[in-house]
Amino acid sequence: MVREAAHTLKKSLLWDLLTTVDHKKIAILYLIAGTLFFGKAGLMAILIRIQLMIPENTFVTGQTYNELLSMHGTIMLFLAATPLLFAFMNYFIPLQIGARDVAFPFLNALGFWFFFFGGILLSLSWFFGGAPDAGWTAYVPLSSRDYAGIGLDFYVLGLQISGFGTLISGINFIVTMITMRAPGMTLLRMPLFCWTSFITSMLIVFGFTPLAAGLALLMLDRMFDGQFFLAAAGGNAVIWPHIFWIFGHPEVYILVLPAFGMISEIIPVFSKKRLFGYTAMVFATIVIGFLGFMVWVHHMFTLNLGPITNSIFAILTMLIGVPTGIKIFNWLFTIWGGKLRFTTAMLCASSFVPTFVLGGVTGIMLAMSPVTHLYHDTYFVVAHFHYIILGGIVLGLLGATYYWYPKMFGHCLNETLGKWMFWIFYIGFHLTFFIQHILGLIGMPRRVNVYLADQGWDGMNLISSIGAFMQGVAIILLLINVIYSAKKRPNHPVDDPWDGRALEWATHTPVPEYNFAQVPQVRSLDPLFYEKIHGDGKMKPTEPLGDIHMPNGSFLPFMIALGSFIAGFGLIMKHMDAWINPYIVVVLGLLVMFGSMAVRSWKEDHGYHITKENVEAMEREALADERNR
Amino acid sequence: MSETVDVSKGLPAHPERATLEGKNKFVGFWVFLSGEVTMFATFFGTYLGLRNGTAGGPEAADLFHMPLVFIMTMILLTSSLTSVIAITAMKKNQFKKMKLWMWITFFLGVAFLGFEIYEFVEYVHYGLGFSTSAFASSFYSLVGLHGAHVVFGLGWVLLLLIRYNRAGITLTNAPKFYMFSLYWHFIDVVWVFIFTVVYLMGIGGG
Repeated sequence: MVREAAHTLKKSLLWDLLTTVDHKKIAILYLIAGTLFFGKAGLMAILIRIQLMIPENTFVTGQTYNELLSMHGTIMLFLAATPLLFAFMNYFIPLQIGARDVAFPFLNALGFWFFFFGGILLSLSWFFGGAPDAGWTAYVPLSSRDYAGIGLDFYVLGLQISGFGTLISGINFIVTMITMRAPGMTLLRMPLFCWTSFITSMLIVFGFTPLAAGLALLMLDRMFDGQFFLAAAGGNAVIWPHIFWIFGHPEVYILVLPAFGMISEIIPVFSKKRLFGYTAMVFATIVIGFLGFMVWVHHMFTLNLGPITNSIFAILTMLIGVPTGIKIFNWLFTIWGGKLRFTTAMLCASSFVPTFVLGGVTGIMLAMSPVTHLYHDTYFVVAHFHYIILGGIVLGLLGATYYWYPKMFGHCLNETLGKWMFWIFYIGFHLTFFIQHILGLIGMPRRVNVYLADQGWDGMNLISSIGAFMQGVAIILLLINVIYSAKKRPNHPVDDPWDGRALEWATHTPVPEYNFAQVPQVRSLDPLFYEKIHGDGKMKPTEPLGDIHMPNGSFLPFMIALGSFIAGFGLIMKHMDAWINPYIVVVLGLLVMFGSMAVRSWKEDHGYHITKENVEAMEREALADERNR
Repeated sequence: MSETVDVSKGLPAHPERATLEGKNKFVGFWVFLSGEVTMFATFFGTYLGLRNGTAGGPEAADLFHMPLVFIMTMILLTSSLTSVIAITAMKKNQFKKMKLWMWITFFLGVAFLGFEIYEFVEYVHYGLGFSTSAFASSFYSLVGLHGAHVVFGLGWVLLLLIRYNRAGITLTNAPKFYMFSLYWHFIDVVWVFIFTVVYLMGIGGG
């Protein structure tokens, strides 16, 4: 997966993964962890759909159902979608801007381990008295100390820790794109995936910090008898939804913008055309990011904040339709007249467009504050956001998986299996969620575990469940494809299977540890394609071949995150019958965490150099591989 | 990549961002601080929403003692000034002077922290526990979050001062001291807002 210098080869695989600061390996870690969480939350969705398949089902109890739906939402958003996007961002942002690594390789690893331990902490809740059961939004007073059990403690601390990791990674990506671009890579020559990731990272910086504050308040309320949200001592329950959605709405854009970026990478390659309206796309991305922070109240229309407030937020919400529309038309115009190749990646990317429009249209419907009282808390809302999340983000991710897999693993995924997967997924997806619009409009509320027969809901729920099973089959097909393609892979890896346009396709496969032996000169948007047309198809170097400076691996990120995990678990132990004073555990965890940070600050680590001879040998090896093809 | 900068004729004009690593830290820290702004803003918003929710407990006007808060403000503002003097010295490669002013900054910070702890203890004696009312919870969490930042900053600068006691100014430690001073200014600015929003508005009724 990564062509390594002799220095790294000495490490065992496990020790290498635990200590790596290489953005490509961290990306693989994100990919694996994200896939596992995705599988877990997907299984929960299947269980939910089994329960709702027939009226008055007793497959799971109401309590278990609440836990399942809360964990499904929480994991999918924080621990599946985010890391899967981060996997691709980590791998391809440095490659696309012609950098050797991210700005802070150490922080990159730290971000991953925080996310990982946060996710583990949240998942441990199943073994200690039940998962969180107040929905992914955890509205007070339902999530307060009076009504919710220990599961919410795991929610608060697990998300706090994993959110911290997300924040660190966001800062890292921003700095990487500001300071590490190759010569000639001006801001308006950055691939659109980088641009959307940049705006996403900005949203993370301004969105995850309010979430951290909100979770801290909820933690203080639950564990130290704070009075923020309880009316009896002057508190106010409406503050929580405000804080949550000030984070929560940008979160939607945090997830969907990189997916937009992926689509914008895939469509030009398989249409063999430059992305239509590149500058407008960049502008639209920025506007979406900006407006994303001004619409949070549309989640709270029924909280009675007054007609003026509701009208302002309704109009701002509808305004987001404008930049999104710009994007939709630009994708269509890119496809228009192109030399199309319908690979699996292109199927996902092009079917993303109409699916996302459907989700957008229902979004505009929900933005109309007077009518929203009709839709509120019905399956219409469920259908709407699944069109955005599955039809938008997951289709983008699936497309990106097929598109970038050869660069990451050296061989393409099987196209026949891929197309089967796509069609089963696509049909299953619409079966599941289209019908939920109608279910919602005829009155089925969301978050219910049973319903009575003969209300006209039975057949539609059955169809919806069948669709969910089809999506499950599709994801299993993807896993089979991964194994099958690995077994059938050609002897020599492929560098540029799709006739790519951006810089990542200019690297060797497997990508050498240092990415580029010589940092390339960028002469245009779509730099590699420019060289294919106007040059000899190879990037021109900006520097002579020489020693390459690399950061040292470190075990400290793991230790810092482990410390936060121990401290977080210690705090939760306050609500258990623990045999040890919880504060001992908390202090121990904090010591590990801050101690490791101090060690990091104390020891100056200047990294090491891969020598020129070593680089030359690795380049020769890669070129020999290419000739043998 | 500090090895690419020639230091044989003394330090460059901006030792804190002469290397790529320093420049990255410089940009990254500003981004981090902008995130911190939103986090504090959330705590400020919560405080503003809940400050009248006293639930029969002590109110702001009964508690706040302006002379004490004034002294605390002056101490913290002065410590910000001394950190500026230290950084100016750093840019002129005057290591001893920088160290001296950094230590003064540190001790001013400790003094501020001492007053803050004293203040909290007084309030608790007066009957304002953390769980007394929504006002109490939001007050303690906002001012306490600021205090926690002060504690972290003090630990940070102490570690740097001990670690680099004899090192002189290098391209590796210059960014570290510079980042600390940025952080310290940020803490100071937050305190100015706390002084206005919490204390002045608390006494003036606002």
